[in-house]
Amino acid sequence: MLYEENEILVDDLPKDFMEVNFGPHHPSTHGVFRFVAKIDGEKIIDIEPVIGYLHRGIEKIAENRTYIQFKPLVDRLDYTGALNNELCYCLTIEKLMEIEVPPRAQAIRVICAELNRIAAHLIFFGSIGLETGAFTPLLFGFLDRENILSLLEMLAGGRLTFNYITIGGVRQDIPAGFHEKFEKFRKEFPIKLKRYADLISGNEIFINRLKNIGILKKEDLFNWGASGPTLRGSGVKFDIRKVEPYSGYEKYDFDIPVGSNGDVYDRYMVRMEEMRQSLRIVEQALDSLPGGEFQAKVPKIIKPPEGELYMRNEGTKGEIGFYLVSRGEKSPYRLKIRTPSFSHLNMLGFALKGAYIADAIVILGSFDTVMGSCDR
Amino acid sequence: MIWWVVLLWALLKLIVALLFIFLTALVLIYMLRKVMGHMQYRMGPRHHGPHGIFQTIFDAIKLLGKEDIVPKGVDRWTYIWAPIVVFIPSLTIFAFLPFAEKIVATDIEISLFFVLAIMGFSVIALLMAGWGSNNKYALLGGLRSVAQLMSYEIPMIIAAMGVVLMAGSMNLSEIARAQSRIWYIVPQAVGFFIFFTASLAEINSTPFDIPEAESEIVAGFNIEYSGFRFAAFYLAEFVNLFIVCALAAILFLGGWQPFKDPIYGTVIFLVKTYVLIFLAMWIRSTFPRFRIDQFMDFGWKVLLPLSLVNLFVTSVVVLVVDKFKGNI
Repeated sequence: MLYEENEILVDDLPKDFMEVNFGPHHPSTHGVFRFVAKIDGEKIIDIEPVIGYLHRGIEKIAENRTYIQFKPLVDRLDYTGALNNELCYCLTIEKLMEIEVPPRAQAIRVICAELNRIAAHLIFFGSIGLETGAFTPLLFGFLDRENILSLLEMLAGGRLTFNYITIGGVRQDIPAGFHEKFEKFRKEFPIKLKRYADLISGNEIFINRLKNIGILKKEDLFNWGASGPTLRGSGVKFDIRKVEPYSGYEKYDFDIPVGSNGDVYDRYMVRMEEMRQSLRIVEQALDSLPGGEFQAKVPKIIKPPEGELYMRNEGTKGEIGFYLVSRGEKSPYRLKIRTPSFSHLNMLGFALKGAYIADAIVILGSFDTVMGSCDR
Repeated sequence: MIWWVVLLWALLKLIVALLFIFLTALVLIYMLRKVMGHMQYRMGPRHHGPHGIFQTIFDAIKLLGKEDIVPKGVDRWTYIWAPIVVFIPSLTIFAFLPFAEKIVATDIEISLFFVLAIMGFSVIALLMAGWGSNNKYALLGGLRSVAQLMSYEIPMIIAAMGVVLMAGSMNLSEIARAQSRIWYIVPQAVGFFIFFTASLAEINSTPFDIPEAESEIVAGFNIEYSGFRFAAFYLAEFVNLFIVCALAAILFLGGWQPFKDPIYGTVIFLVKTYVLIFLAMWIRSTFPRFRIDQFMDFGWKVLLPLSLVNLFVTSVVVLVVDKFKGNI
């Protein structure tokens, strides 16, 4: 009885958790992302994402360059889907300057943007395999990405950062032999997708790893500003290509795959199905390729009129947006870039709470973030 | 015999065993690279020698030539001894593996029991490495490997007991000899499945490579090791792969059967072992990794009951057959 006042219950004791630092150099943080996880055994109590290791001040650089000089840097945001970035940047300026892009250029833009989307999703396929411990999908994914890259190389000359889409069109027309090469790819790719399904999508262990982890509800995703496949995985049928069609997407017939459960598996399946839909779009665009010019007449010096504008498009990971404030000068007064990776990484602390370490890595992988796009 | 002859004889055996172990490990590493490479539409090593057969030798030389780094803050003795301790069980087990009729270094009555007991020993080295490295990833890896080994050793041993019941002996040579008419993989198919799965878990191979899951805890228990200490862990991993496959070949595929001749026997035994190794590598290049709780569930809720049922059915059948033959 003497010590009753001083008696300490075990539950009252401050618990000592282990703090583990993941990254910035860690095999599965997708570049130079770092998070500090407080863990209790194998369970994550709290995490703190640390970003900024790849900050290059791209938004500030934009204020000191002309519009054309800045364009190559846009490729370096989300380097897995560089053409989608370029497309959005060029669309922003075109909309402000009211430039009419010729239909042929619009179709070519759609073709290269969708091919790039397939390539980006193939990287996702490889990396999610790596995160669950299977090494082969990575090599399979990159092998098929190689075919797409060689197609894009024919088109643009580059393989990772293209600088292909210009303000008012594209830099060059579709070269001879592109159709034949695409025809070959079109025949092969569905077989490859089937092979992926055989290899890993139907694997019991793989499904068990992805199902029912990292479940995100629609409302939470709205609040965190999620977009793209991450949002669609939770059953929201939102695709900017359908909602606010740009570059002639309204002409093409394609479906928006959505998940139902909102777990990692749904996000994975959405991406796998999106590759099929992207291929459909490219087929349609190539089959109904209009003739004519591939570059509109634009002034030599790009000087958008005074005004401000937000333009967005459906990038490979989600909504890419450019908010441009122009004072009628040769360079933007301010250029704010909205990238999906940043929004998704914000959500990480919320999404990972209570997950196992092994799941945490998979959930992080399921957002498919690119640090170049997050840090800018 | 004079004492120095005994000593010399033992030393000779040790040297032969060591040579065999290193050679096996080198061959297996090369094989893994080639098998995985071809399964992934790659070539694997190509440059050193025809089809890159000298690649692993150069790799070994490179690893041996590296600076020996002992990081600050490690538990020095545990850290230094772990790579040596990891080799002891592997080396010891080789003494009991019968390669062919009468080709066995030490033939004792309970060699299977002994081998299984020693195999559990290797986890101490992993725990030592995990603890001694003073690294959180390593500690997690070490603890994971202990949990893994504990839960998979039991079904593995129970599966092996089915074979023991059928052969009526715990001597590995005797077990192999008993399979002259039929290999135990036929009556003990379930046992083989359990044994092989559990042995993959025992040696931390995919889909059970949880202790060294590179996407989660980077490299697990061997994260702080480099140079020849890392090489020791790496070699031990492959030697263990050989050992469990050899054990499975003896228990379920008839060891050296059907050849009585020592040379043919050894060859056929090695062929069987390498087929199983190929199977393990195939699994390694196509399967993803279990999550730790799913993995525990699989061990305790699937493999363990299955192995108990297998043991029960086997004992009943053996009893009934013996009754008919009038042995009891």
